[in-house]
Amino acid sequence: MMMRDWFKSGAPWIWLNAAAVSASLIIVLGLLILIAVRGLGHFWPSDVMQVDYTQPGEPTIRIIGEETDEELVLLENLHAAGYQLESKKLRIKRYLAKTGNRDVLGSDFRWLLDPYLTNKSYPRDIMVLERREWGNFYGYLRSIKENGKLVVEGEQSWPVLQERLQRALDIFEQIRDIEKGEIGDINYAIEELRLDKRRLELDNDTNPEKHQAIADERKRLQADYQGLQKQLNELYGQINRDSLTAEVMDGQVVDIPLSKVVRTYRPNDMGLFGKIGMYFSKLGEFVSDEPREANTEGGIFPAIFGTVMMVFIMSLIVTPFGVVAAVYLREYAKQGALTRTIRIAVNNLAGVPSIVYGVFGLGFFVYFLGGNIDQLFYPEALPAPTYGTPGILWSSLTLAILTVPVVIVATEEGLSRIPSAIREGSLALGATKAETLWRTVLPMATPAMMTGMILAIARAAGEVAPLMLVGVVKLAPSLPLDGNWPFMHLDRKFMHLGFHIYDVGFQSPNVEAARPLVYATALLLVLVIILLNLAAIYIRNHLRERYKGLES
Amino acid sequence: MASQQNGLTHGINLDAIERKQGTRDLNNETICLEAKSLALFYGDKQALKDINIRLPEKRVSAFIGPSGCGKSTLLRCFNRMNDLVDSCRVEGDICLDDESIYAKKVDVAELRRRVGMVFQKPNPFPKSIYENVAYGLRLQGVKNRSTTDDAVEKSLRGAALWDEVKDRLHDNALGLSGGQQQRLVIARAIAIEPEVLLLDEPASALDPISTLKIEELIHELKDNYTIVIVTHNMQQAARVSDYTAFMYLGELIEFGNTDAIFTNPKMKQTEDYITGRYG
Repeated sequence: MMMRDWFKSGAPWIWLNAAAVSASLIIVLGLLILIAVRGLGHFWPSDVMQVDYTQPGEPTIRIIGEETDEELVLLENLHAAGYQLESKKLRIKRYLAKTGNRDVLGSDFRWLLDPYLTNKSYPRDIMVLERREWGNFYGYLRSIKENGKLVVEGEQSWPVLQERLQRALDIFEQIRDIEKGEIGDINYAIEELRLDKRRLELDNDTNPEKHQAIADERKRLQADYQGLQKQLNELYGQINRDSLTAEVMDGQVVDIPLSKVVRTYRPNDMGLFGKIGMYFSKLGEFVSDEPREANTEGGIFPAIFGTVMMVFIMSLIVTPFGVVAAVYLREYAKQGALTRTIRIAVNNLAGVPSIVYGVFGLGFFVYFLGGNIDQLFYPEALPAPTYGTPGILWSSLTLAILTVPVVIVATEEGLSRIPSAIREGSLALGATKAETLWRTVLPMATPAMMTGMILAIARAAGEVAPLMLVGVVKLAPSLPLDGNWPFMHLDRKFMHLGFHIYDVGFQSPNVEAARPLVYATALLLVLVIILLNLAAIYIRNHLRERYKGLES
Repeated sequence: MASQQNGLTHGINLDAIERKQGTRDLNNETICLEAKSLALFYGDKQALKDINIRLPEKRVSAFIGPSGCGKSTLLRCFNRMNDLVDSCRVEGDICLDDESIYAKKVDVAELRRRVGMVFQKPNPFPKSIYENVAYGLRLQGVKNRSTTDDAVEKSLRGAALWDEVKDRLHDNALGLSGGQQQRLVIARAIAIEPEVLLLDEPASALDPISTLKIEELIHELKDNYTIVIVTHNMQQAARVSDYTAFMYLGELIEFGNTDAIFTNPKMKQTEDYITGRYG
């Protein structure tokens, strides 16, 4: 009886609903926490251990490395793998150590069986080097050399290293500015000149003055280039001046030029605050720097930039397009079987697998539209394509047609909710239908349009599959926005966080090293989408405030 | 507060108005709007049947009748608001100052500028009070700031709203009370100086004090505008109108001097309705 009353009261339903909501919340939170912990942990400068590792029948070797993972393995599996291991335990613990020094040891990571480990310690003077090539280096600093001659040896080397490394980094910065900035600009200008010249040839324009002007300009640029090249050579000479020698775990002493080093630290010697500082410095590098080493090191700034810019261009295209379509469908088209069919078709468009849009974008936008644009406007660059190749414009357009149904549906919804009394009021004052729409109905429907845009952004920012066909690349040489006229280069390929995750996670030569970056990039992608959405929601709420009184 | 009390005392003084109405005769009036054999269909359903009516200039004409008798439909014919209904079809003709408003060459927007309309439920735009009143002017392309300012003030004074809102012209109109909103809508309508003002049950959604203010306002506006009002409230029709039309089931039963209709109706249906036997 009690039970029946309880059921009749509706309480079980409420509990069930609450449980469903809680489960969803827990899943979302769990997902965020997992990628946050795995991703953000990567930047922590963890202690580096030194152990002696003795496998039966082999000499003891010294291992230096970061402990990155541990797991339990069944003893019989180890036996099957050829390990002669006697133990009463069924499972044996093993550690994954990041030993770095890929250039010396051949691989970055190494599994270590717990029973073979002895003399584990954390010496304070173990040094970690982050390098531009070959991944991390772990070892003991021995000396500093200048042009091959010994400058300082032993413990005094450390402060000298810091000094000289700073100098090398400054020079590297200068070199990069010249190469990417000034020489990049000159290359761009020279390419433009080549195209100008080709254009003249195609037009059969033999005006010697124009040809001469191009030749002169080219000569001037070449001279500039020579100057810069000389400057560069000098800088390269300077940056290669210093090198360090260090001892790696198997006792070898290696020479490392300072020009190849990004950062040095001694994690075992750092206090908590030192580590926190290092952590944020590494995190900052991750979001603001360019990738190195096949994307497994360095930052992902170009991917963040590409994602945000692509989403912006997509919103700029999709919002007016969707709104205009919705206005026609709702306000002007005669409501009947045809509009109903169109509505069903629009709704179903949202359900088409996104890769299909990618194929469509490649076939229609890239090959057909882009190819024709090249024929018409960029004949001088042919056979090299300008727009007839995947690029950020085509990606944005492809995602725009992918998301346009969302905007249409949301806008139509908004238009249908505007009371007819308002329309009649405007018409009764002598407004035409267009004036009524423009002055009253559309402004009142802006929150709905923004809702559509928010949904479109949410969908587009996470979409990867179609982009792989129409513009995303693993590594883009330059951003689609830079200082060269016309600043926006919509024909360029770009990097994208979603694709970056796929690339780093599955196409990387160094899977173990890349794994934390997959999580970190995923977290960043989620954050970028959240930020984009929050911005749009903020604007919408601002607009809603103005029309608040109507929603009662 | 002071103005409200003024309005009250002023509004109650209705005896004089009624006395004046009693002397009027339709044959001595200039005709502003005329419906000729007007019939209107919603799809297959006929909503108006053979309406012939002549509405005098600068007078208040009221349409009364039970719900669904077609009085609002008729009112909406005068500024062609029925055009908005897809299935609606009109036969016959309506003339404004002896010119057909259903002729092909008529610009509907222009017609609606000349024949303003106020609806049952106040429908201010979600804009500032100022922008609401200036809406019609902006449509006509008036850009000059001082012209607009003057017109807004004049209209708001005309609608007896100026004193209440002059300090908050740029606040959202949706923050006004229902009665204020309805006067704002009237101000909005008179800002473009129409010839005719159509009022579709303008006070039915309002409280008695607001109603009184609207009625007083109608009385003042008739010096300058031809007013046609649809109302459910017979006392209201008796108070504010010079002429009254009684409609029943899509037909115009009787139209004449308000006093005559209420004191000595010619038709039995009119008498039954007025004396409360149905409706």
